[in-house]
Amino acid sequence: MTETLRPDLKVIADFIAPDARLLDIGCGDGSLLAYLRDAANVDGRGMELSQSGVNACVAKGLTVVQGDADLDLKDYPTDAFDYVVLSQTLQATRNPKEVLQQLLRISHHVVVSFPNFGNWKVRLALLFKGRMPVTKSLDQPWYSTPNIHFCTIRDFMDLCNELNAQIEQSVSLNAAAHVRQINGSLAHANWIGEQAIFLLSRGGSSNAQPR
Amino acid sequence: MNDAAKHSGQLFLDLPGPLQLDSGASLDRVRIAYQTYGTLKSDKSNAVLICHALTGDQHVASEHPVTGKAGWWSNMVGPGLPIDTDRYFVICQNVLGGCQGTTGPSEINPETGLPFGLDFPVITIADMVRAQAAALEVLGIEKLFAVIGGSMGGMQVLEWAASYPERVHAVVPIATAARHTAQNIAFHEVGRQAIKADPNWAAGNYYAKKEKPTNGLAVARMTAHITYLSEQALQDKFGRNFQDRDVASFSFEADFQVESYLRHQGITFVDRFDANAYLYITRAMDYFDLARDRGCPLAEVFQNTPVRFCLVSFTSDWLFPTTQAKELVRALNAVAAHVSFVEIESSRGHDAFLLDEPEMFDTVRGFLRGAEPAFKGA
Repeated sequence: MTETLRPDLKVIADFIAPDARLLDIGCGDGSLLAYLRDAANVDGRGMELSQSGVNACVAKGLTVVQGDADLDLKDYPTDAFDYVVLSQTLQATRNPKEVLQQLLRISHHVVVSFPNFGNWKVRLALLFKGRMPVTKSLDQPWYSTPNIHFCTIRDFMDLCNELNAQIEQSVSLNAAAHVRQINGSLAHANWIGEQAIFLLSRGGSSNAQPR
Repeated sequence: MNDAAKHSGQLFLDLPGPLQLDSGASLDRVRIAYQTYGTLKSDKSNAVLICHALTGDQHVASEHPVTGKAGWWSNMVGPGLPIDTDRYFVICQNVLGGCQGTTGPSEINPETGLPFGLDFPVITIADMVRAQAAALEVLGIEKLFAVIGGSMGGMQVLEWAASYPERVHAVVPIATAARHTAQNIAFHEVGRQAIKADPNWAAGNYYAKKEKPTNGLAVARMTAHITYLSEQALQDKFGRNFQDRDVASFSFEADFQVESYLRHQGITFVDRFDANAYLYITRAMDYFDLARDRGCPLAEVFQNTPVRFCLVSFTSDWLFPTTQAKELVRALNAVAAHVSFVEIESSRGHDAFLLDEPEMFDTVRGFLRGAEPAFKGA
């Protein structure tokens, strides 16, 4: 099966070692799970809020439960997975810090992607228009957006630091979906990047290398 | 089908040895009444067992011999339907203790030549499943592709996964739980008391008598039926509407549509169900507690299970609510089992699993197709 993956999902897929155990939170229609199962023999599980998404996944033979990242992560045992993926969902959770803590508890590695609120279009919209930005990746007005906890790449790195999470990899995607390492040019990434993708591991453990 | 005999459109088989029961008793010469649909592949890789609920029977997708009504899951099981009989060989057995031909309190005790009545031993869900497994051995089916059922059928499905994980590939427990709650038991006790309070029940010895405990059984059914519906469903269906009248009768006739409906449910039920069977089967459900039976946390029941699970619950089901399905999902996740779960939006209460619920159909169809590639067969 060759599915065309969304560019950010392709970047995430490249972070994942073959044969790993993985949980995809907010897995949608299961594109990433199906891709990783077929391309890398990944033993994947999913969590998805929408019934239509769960049905689409189950029909693909994927193992997915209906659930809410804010409420249901506590039910997973510690160290249950090699990787947990939270793509484009952190900013929509009620308690991002607690969600991230849970992710670092249940998995050795955590992949998080989010829209970068430090992007220049966002900054200029606020500076010149005095309005909440509506861009391609943030396409809803403030009153109807599910995104309630925006952050910039810098903000996110501060939270990782506070939670003692090791940043193994970090990339930004610009509007044309060009991938760029954040390492070394943080100010640039935080200005240009529309999306950011981080691969984290729990701090403190010496063998926390991605496989 | 060496011991299977076809008899007026109904299939029966006799278990070769005695059936050991959880109570310590054992039953000789157990007869199982069953139905099949579709064709078993030569490699026996497409067998699906359907487990029926408390008042269901083996006539899952074909006309009921007593009522003449379509099978109880004829919207789910059949050619081209989610449980597709063009793909799968579907087997449904009347449960142990039932009253549609399988050995139970209303059947003849081979030792006495009379109906068992209360001499029938008290049975459990695990006993029912043990009988099903023995019956499948008679049919030569070693491994099932799937076991599927709702409510009490779902309890059997869970028991299958817990007791015979090597003999089943995928399971679909719908609108069910790992144990009966105090509230569930309480409602059942009301039903049993209604039967026992009927003078015609005669301590279970009514089979030779002209009058049967139909009033008691009808009241039991009426009570239970309320638990199968949501408040919303009752309101939508009947509201406070009068039945065949415009004003109150100022009597205790069935003025309201809802009264008339429940009475009808009660009266029609007694034609096809046995009062003692109702006592035994409700008791089996009450005793059901997967974890306690094994003396371990629920998660450990499924430690290292190779079985693929797909759990389904309904938002308005207060008899087997979503919280109970989630308890199972939690336990299965804790042992890294393959578990999918969907909660379906429905206003129709527990009964939803028997009704036209497209999301349930899509889920079951998709899960079964998705589970096919990983199944090696028997």
